[in-house]
Amino acid sequence: MLRLDNMIEKEDVRNIAKLARLGISTAEEVRFQEDLSSVLDYIDLLNEVDVADVKPTFHPSESYFKKNVVREDIGEDGEEADKLIKASPDKEERYFKVKSIF
Amino acid sequence: MDLTKLNIQQAHEGLVNREFSSLELTTAFLNKTDDFFAFLNVTRDLSIKQAKEVDKRIFNKEEISSLTGIPVAIKDNMMVKGEKCTCASKILENYIAPYDATVVKKLDGPVILGKTNMDEFAMGSSTENSAFGPTKNPHDITRVPGGSSGGSAAAVADNLCCYALGSDTGGSIRQPASFCGVVGLKPTYGAVSRYGLVAFASSLDQIGTLTKTVDDAQLVFETISGKDIKDSTSVDFKVDDKEIKMKRLKIGIPKEYFIEGIEPEVKEIIEKSIKKAEEQGAKIVDISLPHTKYALATYYIIMPCEASSNLSRYDGVKYGLSKEGENLLDVYLKTKEAGFGDEVKRRIMLGTYALSAGYYDAYYLKAQKVRTLIKQDFDKAFEKVDAIFTPTSPFPAFKIGEKVSDPLSMYLSDIFTVSVNLVGLPAVSVPVGLAGNLPVGLQIIGKPFEEHKILNIAKIYE
Repeated sequence: MLRLDNMIEKEDVRNIAKLARLGISTAEEVRFQEDLSSVLDYIDLLNEVDVADVKPTFHPSESYFKKNVVREDIGEDGEEADKLIKASPDKEERYFKVKSIF
Repeated sequence: MDLTKLNIQQAHEGLVNREFSSLELTTAFLNKTDDFFAFLNVTRDLSIKQAKEVDKRIFNKEEISSLTGIPVAIKDNMMVKGEKCTCASKILENYIAPYDATVVKKLDGPVILGKTNMDEFAMGSSTENSAFGPTKNPHDITRVPGGSSGGSAAAVADNLCCYALGSDTGGSIRQPASFCGVVGLKPTYGAVSRYGLVAFASSLDQIGTLTKTVDDAQLVFETISGKDIKDSTSVDFKVDDKEIKMKRLKIGIPKEYFIEGIEPEVKEIIEKSIKKAEEQGAKIVDISLPHTKYALATYYIIMPCEASSNLSRYDGVKYGLSKEGENLLDVYLKTKEAGFGDEVKRRIMLGTYALSAGYYDAYYLKAQKVRTLIKQDFDKAFEKVDAIFTPTSPFPAFKIGEKVSDPLSMYLSDIFTVSVNLVGLPAVSVPVGLAGNLPVGLQIIGKPFEEHKILNIAKIYE
């Protein structure tokens, strides 16, 4: 196996998958352990950068928006809503059906 | 006359002068074989119907716009009403778009030939991550067309459409344009509405064009750009169409982009193209973008974070693939496991990790701060220059399979393109030469909303 500075544990991989609601196989656990660790190693490059007193940029065109952008909340006629409901794998009347949570 | 070789302007003139009908033009494309697997879905019936409607309009002497009746290919992450929109993913394999993306609506009487192949959810640099098989490079069938808009680039290069739309999150229009020898424009963040584009990394994604000529890129850009009430990040701006004189321009060459690792032949071709701009009167200025080295690492934090959030919507409940499970959690786990491919899973995992409790500050927030420094580099450079020249990619098209097992080496092929997305700038890749039989692209980066300027510079290479 590769020797990496940021070797994450299999337990971590399982935990991340759980947070992401992503089912992964045992083979994927091993592969992601290596892949994620090597990317994290690469990302360590940022440790060199001094960001004290630097503000984050979350949005590349922040300067074009002095305030939040909203539009008026006006309903539109159309068949879109019905089409959206029709796309659901399991439905009853106009409701999405889901499995019980427990 | 081979109608499939025409550019948009030539095809438009042919339609207006009644040299051929839109149906004849469309049929010429439909009769070609897709030797490189550029298309996931050919929308034959739709295109014939649209072409006939346009012909009726022309017959009735109605005025048509430049793109009316011109056959176009659309990357399969943009919605065309009533047609499949798969994102090259099993999770959307049978998903039918309920409405048109704003860009599709704005084309004004387009003839849509089909939806093009891509890396699954636009995650990749070679189109090998498509769940339905890789697209091949029309210049060399053993090589990749680039990605993620590889299907669109190959379709334009092989004359399977007159032009195509793509999307660019970290180079996904420019890099395949470079590999396939076509013109690829990634507009300023906010210049083109993304309503109806399947979201990948929302602070980086931008729709743009793949065309045979620079004039075509300009035409399509002007048609699809502008403020859209349905995309709150879109911006109202005026196209500055002042005449551009090369003699008055200053072009910056950032030393950080001419590093080790760039193939000598590519370097030579790019240097020759810089010389050409100089011969036309432009002043060449050495500049520095000191944080370039950190751009890819910054991108590989921000992009997966946003992707992991955006892709949480594929839950097997509202649309798309749904797997049976014992309870709701089980449905989620099984649906995502079966529906997503390797690279998509990898990025969801990476993003979830970087955003999880205890890591947010160290990764996500840190990256957004480095992003500020990268932006300041460009702001400073653009005080001195009008445009910046770089290679689009350090190498020409690589072999199919060459990088697929090593994610990091695949990521490195985006090294010259990601900064532009982090900062939201416009950039165009224009073909400037051949390394052997493989095209090489020059990337021209401009100030926000100065697409007109960079495209005019690009014209000197045609």
